Amino acid sequence: MLEINRVSKTFNPGTVNEKTALDGLTFHLNPGDFCTVIGGNGAGKSTMLNAIAGVWPVDEGNIIIDGKNVTQLPEHKRAAYLGRVFQDPMTGTAATMGIDENLALAARRGRLRTLKWGVTKKEQAQYKELLAGLDLGLEDRLTSKVGLLSGGQRQAITLLMATLKQPKLLLLDEHTAALDPKTAAKVLELTDRIVSEHKLTTLMITHNMRDAIAHGNRLVMMKDGKIILDISGEEKKKLTVEELLEKFSVASGDTLDNDRMILG
Amino acid sequence: MLAYFSSLSPLALLNSCPGGVAQGLIWGIMALGVYLTFRVLDVADLTVDGSLATGGAVCIMLVLSGWNPQLALLISFFAGLAAGLITGLLHTALGIPDILAGILTQISLYSINLNIMGKANQSVNVNKVTFLFTSNSKLLLRTIVLVAVVCAVLIALIYWFLGTEFGSAIRATGTNPNMSRAQGINTNLMKVIGLALSNGVVALSGGILSQYQGFADVNMGRGAIVIGLAAVIIGEVLGEAILGKRLNMALRLLWVVIGGIIYYIVYVFVLWLKFPADDMKLLTAIVVAIFLAVPYLKGKYFTKSYAVKYMTRPMRKKKEGQ
Repeated sequence: MLEINRVSKTFNPGTVNEKTALDGLTFHLNPGDFCTVIGGNGAGKSTMLNAIAGVWPVDEGNIIIDGKNVTQLPEHKRAAYLGRVFQDPMTGTAATMGIDENLALAARRGRLRTLKWGVTKKEQAQYKELLAGLDLGLEDRLTSKVGLLSGGQRQAITLLMATLKQPKLLLLDEHTAALDPKTAAKVLELTDRIVSEHKLTTLMITHNMRDAIAHGNRLVMMKDGKIILDISGEEKKKLTVEELLEKFSVASGDTLDNDRMILG
Repeated sequence: MLAYFSSLSPLALLNSCPGGVAQGLIWGIMALGVYLTFRVLDVADLTVDGSLATGGAVCIMLVLSGWNPQLALLISFFAGLAAGLITGLLHTALGIPDILAGILTQISLYSINLNIMGKANQSVNVNKVTFLFTSNSKLLLRTIVLVAVVCAVLIALIYWFLGTEFGSAIRATGTNPNMSRAQGINTNLMKVIGLALSNGVVALSGGILSQYQGFADVNMGRGAIVIGLAAVIIGEVLGEAILGKRLNMALRLLWVVIGGIIYYIVYVFVLWLKFPADDMKLLTAIVVAIFLAVPYLKGKYFTKSYAVKYMTRPMRKKKEGQ
């Protein structure tokens, strides 16, 4: 479903701030894979997601989503294949627009936007049902401005937006990192439910080792813009935090340094 | 002092009111254009100063060469559309910061407007041509009604447009461009279209203004952006104060036009007080600066923590999520 072939990206080339964020990265995802991504500071996790989403062009290599080479496509065109949820709850939604308007924007992802009405009555009824499924009491606040909602509510809505039109690939960039533990657990549970319901191919960055192990069928670890560890199947199911740390040291010859990493 | 007050004639003020309303409505049309960029796209577009004069110049020159004045207004609109298109392309295709892109178009329009008119100003003999939007005192009431109708039609059109799928995409671009691109919106295209439409509306108001005055001047747009901002801000502040949460998009647009009228009535009033006309732009700038600063200062000094620290009386609680 996703093929990243020898992709490199260097920021600020030729300056003192030069940073090779992706270094000949090669990575493939099978249809239906739910892969968690962990790694230290500056390992290239978010850079990989941004490269897939087309936030900027890559220096080398190509990216193929569902058999289509998207390497040259601008960000807004790749959006047709992708669902994205960001770390900052403010990033994923338009604060001054209503919940229904935000969902309607997402429903038209990858489609020509016409001069038809932006949100139809029929859609509103449909969204109300979807929001009721979140169990956050948002179904009664359909036309409320998203800016008035809490971070957790906004992330839940962003998740709904990302999956409203079934994406080929769901990209979750530490989407629970800015939430309190209870809300984070709820959003993760929702993520699991939506991913399994639609059998979505998913890439989820997390700084929580336990979450990385508990969710998905595959786990990769990144360091210096490369993937240094790739665990799946039975091995992943039986994995423990201690084993993972051990494997990391062996694979990288280093200890894991991520000041935000939650080990247990 | 007494001599000063006795020199003010209430009758003169009353007489200049209808003209003030008419001109205020015309500036209100321009404010609708400014609203599209300043509030919807979140861009302070300085092209406006140039495109207003372009609208006027195009209209007057076409009328002078025998065109129907109403058809000339349509061409004014398209001329403004082109001006906004240039600003949009400078900003999106060439990566020039939005304010600078607007300034570049504005300054180039000065030359273009001179070229359109052949000299700094051109006038139409109002005894020979009958304008719908005339300042003829006998027909002033009709002019006011006509400009009000134009405003109403524009408000309806803008309200409809912003409610469509396309308009929603433009609003989303102004609110959160990152999210918009993630939802497949071509944010650059939206900005170009928004800037073009905004300047089209501004040039239309420039055309109407030139008909009202009977002439177009290369400097007629100087400071227009500030007047537009004044109208938008005054209208929104008053609209929010009076209607509160009931201030939806359509009413907001209506209040922007009312803001234009209020601005112009105040302008007429201050002139009536014998305030030097040369200082009016300074006064306008100060008013806009104050209105722009108030929300910022309110947020900075009137939050709860500040209140607890510095005030003995409990302050009003800050609204959730603001």
